This record gives sequence, structure tokens and C-alpha cells, in this order.
Amino acid sequence: MPEALKAPLTVEFPFTRSLSPVQSAFLTGLRERIVLGVRTVDGRTLVPPVEYDPVTAEEIRDLVEVAPTGTVTTWAWNHAPRRDQPLDTPFAWALVRLDGADTALLHALDAPGPDAVHTGMRVRVRWAEERTGAITDIACFEPYDSSPNETEPADHTGEFENPVTGIVAPARLDYTYSPGRAQTAYINALAEQRNVGERCPSCRKVYVPPRGACPTCGVATSEQVEVGPHGTVTTFCIVNIKAKNLDIEVPYVYAHIALDGAGLALHGRIGGIPYDQVRMGLRVEPVWTRGARYPDHYRPTGEPDADYDTYRELL
Amino acid sequence: MNREIAVVAFAQTDHRRTSEELSEVEMLMPVLHEVLDRTGLKTADIGFTCSGSSDYLAGRAFSFTLALDGVGAWPPISESHVEMDGAWALYEAWTKLLTGDADTALVYSYGKSSPGPLRDVLTRQLDPYYVAPLWPDSVALAALQAQALIDAGDTDEPALAAVAARSRADATANSRAQLRGSVPAGEYLVRPLRTGDCPPIGDGAAAVILAAGERARELCDRPAWIRGIDHRIEAHSLGVRDLTDSPSTRLAAQKAGAFQRPVDTAELHAPFTSQEVVLRKALKLDDEVRVNPSGGALAANPVMAAGLIRIGEAAARVHRGESDRALAHATSGPCLQQNLVAVLEGDPR
Ligand SMILES: [Zn+2]
Repeated sequence: MPEALKAPLTVEFPFTRSLSPVQSAFLTGLRERIVLGVRTVDGRTLVPPVEYDPVTAEEIRDLVEVAPTGTVTTWAWNHAPRRDQPLDTPFAWALVRLDGADTALLHALDAPGPDAVHTGMRVRVRWAEERTGAITDIACFEPYDSSPNETEPADHTGEFENPVTGIVAPARLDYTYSPGRAQTAYINALAEQRNVGERCPSCRKVYVPPRGACPTCGVATSEQVEVGPHGTVTTFCIVNIKAKNLDIEVPYVYAHIALDGAGLALHGRIGGIPYDQVRMGLRVEPVWTRGARYPDHYRPTGEPDADYDTYRELL
Repeated sequence: MNREIAVVAFAQTDHRRTSEELSEVEMLMPVLHEVLDRTGLKTADIGFTCSGSSDYLAGRAFSFTLALDGVGAWPPISESHVEMDGAWALYEAWTKLLTGDADTALVYSYGKSSPGPLRDVLTRQLDPYYVAPLWPDSVALAALQAQALIDAGDTDEPALAAVAARSRADATANSRAQLRGSVPAGEYLVRPLRTGDCPPIGDGAAAVILAAGERARELCDRPAWIRGIDHRIEAHSLGVRDLTDSPSTRLAAQKAGAFQRPVDTAELHAPFTSQEVVLRKALKLDDEVRVNPSGGALAANPVMAAGLIRIGEAAARVHRGESDRALAHATSGPCLQQNLVAVLEGDPR
């Protein structure tokens, strides 16, 4: 078996999320260096605040201001910070119950080492220099010798100038993509300018590109079958809007192409013919550019158009 | 309708650090064939198919639709998918069989964690406003729970190491397991958890067949009857929860009838050693109960399949006559956030 193909794959997306009134007040408060909690039906104060009581599920809206100082309720020493975590030097993850709150907030705790951290230790918020209305407006917690502040938290309207109404949360994950046995064989053959599909041992259909299984029979495909290079346009569309990062003049034609011998159509761009002359049944062949691992596009072969009956099952 | 429903067959892959030479459907298909072969059923005989997986693991969009190729889903079959561990797919299939709409169900799940950074991938399931922007990885969150247990006097590092050692020793009898035999406690990964306290990261798949009533007896010599199954969830904010306890597990177990009579076997989905401590307490398991004879998730933890495997392993022991009444548990989310409990029984011998 040839070595499996692999390639880096980055999945990156900025999630744009709108905020509920409680979330908006909390995150705007952080921007203003104020930590807000919410009172539950039974009089507990939740920090960070949520919109619904975790016990009764009732809507809760009564906000209070708690202290920026608190007590560690549990912690874990992270000697190897990972990308995007709050600090890039070793730190403790900590759940911190802020003075005035009945629940704990998760964040990083900047401390010199694990021996400097213990459950019950006193800490305070270290504010980020630049604050935008996000949980990262708290840069981290830091050790802070003080007595717990037992005073009852004061009510807060939750009203601020220019409240934040949404957050943009970027996320990036880096993968190493491997396409598996059947597609590796397909891609390797394609690099040699051959279209090699796989035949189902049960229904005999030839899949191009092969995915390793026949979806009708639920069995592995394995017998390799070279198809094409010529094929027939079974259906097509005319693309009129330029795609981002794609250097192709519009309008152009994108088509389903049934390669000779294939049991289903693959898709590709049609070139070498005015877009408004492409038609069902048009006979085409792949056009390879030097060094490319796949055809750049398909162009007419000049053969007579295929009879509808020859490709009607492949539509 | 009151129908008796049983697990009649179970199959799983070898669980490995990587299966990069196989696509998801290529990894899954042999397991589907094996579980069908055990019953003599064909895809066309199956009344309902339900799967569990997450595209985030391998970063491959719509991988669950490609995985369906391995089932033989054309022409269209009655089918569903959950973005959860396969144990919850089994729950959906169990419900479907209860309605009488189907007599047999195929349940499968798979996870390919090798292509991506699993610890970071799992942060994407957290509260997107207050928690996910901090990227607290799965080991860090489990370590916070472990420290809470240590502070509470519920366990200590040697006790956690003993859980790891027992699990991997038991796994020597499980040829499918990824981590077997003597495994060093290792260095701290996120203190207080050491590498030995954490599950291996790897790829794998599992499948189960459910059948109702007489159909189950036709397909299996000793069906594992699902006497009860229930799942419960806790508040999503970690700081609201008591991390040393699992009230959701206890409630699910109670609803599933687990406390009516003692079980002889328990397959617990505890990816981290410290989580077994929480589950034993919540489920009131004493030393008479054989816990994780398969080695559990500390020996093989294909994400999205490891919970279904607990049900499959428990059922397989009933099939083999090694258990008469077994408890299976599955978990999802950080620090045992959501928990499913099933009680399985064999016919009297
Ligand atoms: Zn076929």
C-alpha cells in the first residue's frame, strides 16, 4: 500500500454572536472594570451571570456588583500553555469565587509556580490594558493578600454607555488531513493524468472519485478501473458571480461530466468554448497544465454530441 | 406500548493512535459488517439506523453523511444522526423501537481524533461567551475536578494512579484496547493529572444492534435486555457545579432502575482516573462490583464512540454469560457534564 497522502488543513472561522441583556451587561461591565453577577430566585449570586436560573429555569435579571477580589475554589497547574490561552507563561487554571458571589468563575491565575497556589488562596482581577467587552478583558487573576469582603453586593442597573451587543469569537484549529485509501489512490493516479475509479464488487458500478464504499451496497470498493479520459456533459450551470480568490473570468460554465466508463458524474469547469454554446451531451476531455495534480478544466473533443440515452442514468 | 428491547450484538475496531491510511467510512465499514454478521442481518433488514459523531474531530465537514456510504443508505433508509457520543444515538434508537415503528436498529459511532489537536478541539463545545475564548483544554478542566476531589479528601494521587494501573492491567485481556499492561504514571500533564491519569488519544469505531421482543431472542442466544436507560445534564457553568459529585449520573441511574438491585458489572465512561472516583460515589458502587473489566476509557477512548463501547462491552458480558445484571454509563462534555446510564440484564440461567 502506498504511503497515505497528508496535507495541512486549517479550519478558521470568526463566530459573530449576539448577546442577551444579562451577557451584554456583564461583558460591558468588564470593559468598565466592573464585575456583575445575577441573583437567582433563591437569593444566590451567580458570577458569571446567566439569563436563566440553573435550578428553577426561571428568567433572572436582577444584577449586582461583586468585588474584583476573590478566593480560589479549585485550581490546576498548566506548565505548558497552549495557543490562545490567556497567558503564554506557565499559569494555574482556577475557579475563583469573587467576594459577594456564590459561584465561581473560570480563568487563568498568574503565579510563579504550583507551590504558590492553593485552594482557598486570595486573588484579584488583573484587568487587560485594552478592553472591548469580552471575558478576556480580565487578563487573568493574580495573588492578592486580603480578607474576604463579606458585604452584601449592591444592586446594579446593568446600564452603561455604549453597551456591547455582540462578540466576535475567532476560532482556529489546525489539522493534518488524510483522505484515506481510496482517495489517496485516486489522487495519486490523477497526478499521473489518469482517472482511476473503483468498481463495486456487488452492483459493478464504477465510482469516480472513489470514496471507498458503495453507498447502495454498503460494501468496500477495491477493483481499480481507469475511466475516460473523454466524457460527456450531463448537466451544467453558468456561473456569473466571481468567486473570492478564484482567478477565472465570468461567465463560465461548471458542469457535471460523466467520464467514459464511470458510473456517476464528477464536476469540472468547461473551457475552450463560449459559455453559451455548452450543452448537455457535449463531449469533452481534460486539459492538464504542467505540473498540476489535477485537470485545470475540460474542453470539447470535437466528437458528435452523445445520445441522451447514453447518459440519462448518470444525470 | 411496553416492549422489551435488547442489545443483541456489538463490534468495535482496534483502537489506535492513528488510522491515517483510512477514511472514516473505511475505518467504520468493517465494524458495520461484523456487527451485522453476528446476527445474520443485512442492511435491508434493519428498521432504523442511528449514528453519533462530530465533524470537528477530524475537521471534515459532513463526514457523517460520507460515513453513511458504509451502511448502504441508498435507496434512502430510515436514519438519524446525533452530534454526540453513540450512547445517545442508542438512546434515540431505543426510543424508536419503543414506539413500535421498528423491530431492529443499527447504532454506530466513530471518532478520528488523530488529524486534529483534540484537547483544543474539545474547547469548542464550551460556553462560547464566557469560557471558550479562554481555550481551557479538556485535560485542564479534568484537572480542576481532580484537584477539587483531592481537596475534599475523596482521593489522592496514589489512589488515582491505582485506578489507572487497574484499568490498563484489565485491558491486557482486551485485544482492541490502545493502552494495555504496565503504563507509567508519567509526568504532570496539567497538575494534579499525570499522563497516566489521562486517556489515550486515538481513532476507533463501534456498532451495536438493538432488537425488540422475540426478534431479539431469534438474533441472540442471550440478549442483553435494556431494563432502563436515562440521561441527565447539569448546569453548563463549571463554577455552579459541585465538581466532586455527579447528581446527574445519580438521577439517571435512579430513573434507569440501577438502585433497585445490585449490579455485578459496571462499565463506566471515565476518561480520567479522577472521574471514576466521582462515578463510583454517585452510583454507590462497592468493591463487589466488577468495574471496567474492558479497561474502560483509560485503555481506549475514541471520542464519540467510547460511551457506546461501554454499553457494548457490558452487553457483550451478558451475551457471554459473564454478567447477569450490568450497568453501563456514558458521559459527554467537560467534567462529566452530561451522563447516561443503562441497566442491562440477561435471562435467568
Ligand atoms: Zn454496489
